[in-house]
Amino acid sequence: MIDIEQLRSEFPILATEVNGHPLTYFDNGATNQKPQSVIDALSEYYKGYNSNVHRGAHSLADKATQAFEQTRELLQQFVNAPKSEQIIFTKGTTEGINLVANTYGRANIQAGDEIIVTTMEHHSNIVPWQMIAQEKGATVRNIPISDEGEIIFEEFEKMLSDKVKIVSVVHASNALGTVNPVEKIIEKAHEIGAVVLVDGAQSAAHLPIDVQALDCDFFVTSAHKMFGPTGMGFLYGKEEILNDMPPFMGGGEMIKEVSFDGTTFNTLPYKFEAGTPNIADTVAYAKAVEFINRYGKENIAAREKELLDYATKKLIEEVPTAKIIGTSSNKVSVLSFIIDNIHNYDIGMMLDARGIAVRTGHHCTQPLMARYGLEGTVRASFSVYNTFEEIDKFIEALKRIVKMFG
Amino acid sequence: MSVATKSIEEVQNDIIDDFDLLDGDRESTIFYIMELGQELSALDEKHMVDENLIKGCQSKVWLTTEFEDGQIIFKADSNTDITKGLISLLIRVLNGRSPQEIMNAELFFFDKIGMNGVIGSQRSNGFASMIKQMKFYALAYSAKN
Repeated sequence: MIDIEQLRSEFPILATEVNGHPLTYFDNGATNQKPQSVIDALSEYYKGYNSNVHRGAHSLADKATQAFEQTRELLQQFVNAPKSEQIIFTKGTTEGINLVANTYGRANIQAGDEIIVTTMEHHSNIVPWQMIAQEKGATVRNIPISDEGEIIFEEFEKMLSDKVKIVSVVHASNALGTVNPVEKIIEKAHEIGAVVLVDGAQSAAHLPIDVQALDCDFFVTSAHKMFGPTGMGFLYGKEEILNDMPPFMGGGEMIKEVSFDGTTFNTLPYKFEAGTPNIADTVAYAKAVEFINRYGKENIAAREKELLDYATKKLIEEVPTAKIIGTSSNKVSVLSFIIDNIHNYDIGMMLDARGIAVRTGHHCTQPLMARYGLEGTVRASFSVYNTFEEIDKFIEALKRIVKMFG
Repeated sequence: MSVATKSIEEVQNDIIDDFDLLDGDRESTIFYIMELGQELSALDEKHMVDENLIKGCQSKVWLTTEFEDGQIIFKADSNTDITKGLISLLIRVLNGRSPQEIMNAELFFFDKIGMNGVIGSQRSNGFASMIKQMKFYALAYSAKN
């Protein structure tokens, strides 16, 4: 059992007020809040051992390098990667996908090939593939979804052929909450020789991740959706695939030797980490992983499920003009909905006036919104630190809004 | 001469007085703007086309004009009530005035009622786009006549 009061006290922002009300932060799908340990790690790095990694022959550089590489090892354990070299630091999920599209994709996609995504992808898992497909004369196809917001697996099976080179799927949908059956998808894709990228932006902090058990070829995620800093994330890849891939960006750190006659590249993971990396955020990322480990991901997930179930039940019972978008039985803690006759932006503004932060709009999933014939939804996404009282306050605010404008 | 009975400045002062009654309460202010939006008569659907959309607004805002006896009549609609409420305020200030008056209008009520802090920077930019579009229409009518 998690002591919620104790856990909440680790997050200074949760004690603040917004618009004269205690902050109720239900926009965790966009980014979640940071515990004091993560915040402290950032300033401790700059105050105590700011130095460039992997090069200086001095003690500070060594300390920075050790802290930097420790994060890699923690992440290796966090997703059960065979080796820490398979963890490539990135700016986040978007860069991870772009890295794979521009390296593996460019080297392996040919005219007439197909890349499969789902209808519920974030734009970051559509556009990079469209760009490489356009360049190569390939096609991006999308797996249709049911009204409940689940992929139609039979349709996916029908799409499989030797033309398919890459299947890139979201683990948990940011707009619906649906958890996709990635194990089954990976198994089927491997049968036809395609590689699979799993977009773990919404899953890494909420679902158990074992890249070896999943057998995914790539896994990408962002630190800022797992209590860590923004502008930080990682790509996991299978070793032989990463070794075969050409580099993404050129520069310092990623080379073995440079001459005007030619350049040889460094080994993993540095081959993909050109330039001085985001050292401070990498170091602080370790504290975010430690936070999750300290409370236990299973405990965190159980708490978030309780919050989701409670909010879903209350919304259905007490706001009858609300319609939930995404009703799969297997969801992360995302409650997306619309309310008759009231625009999602207006609802967001009115909730904000009571200090309740939600996301409104298309959630960077315009094809998904088009599938439902919607411009957008209101999305409340819960994190372990949210409370049932906050949900009560949220439902009361919605009831008032419906009474006045519904 | 405009058909409007009060000057642009007077109407703006009326708006400021109306908002003063809300005592700066954020929720009441938003509710009030939404009510204004709901009171604005809807545009005929045939006018809700892309050519009439104001560029630079996060929400969809359609704006049309008619020109009668040297005065511009604005009509507008939006897919969100808050945006509709915001443009209804501009219509209240600028409707039934000559192109010249609209072009020269100094619009101060928005800052005076502290709207920027309530609706946020993105919507404030959208509000600026509404004003720009209305003044653009005035310029076009003034050039034509």
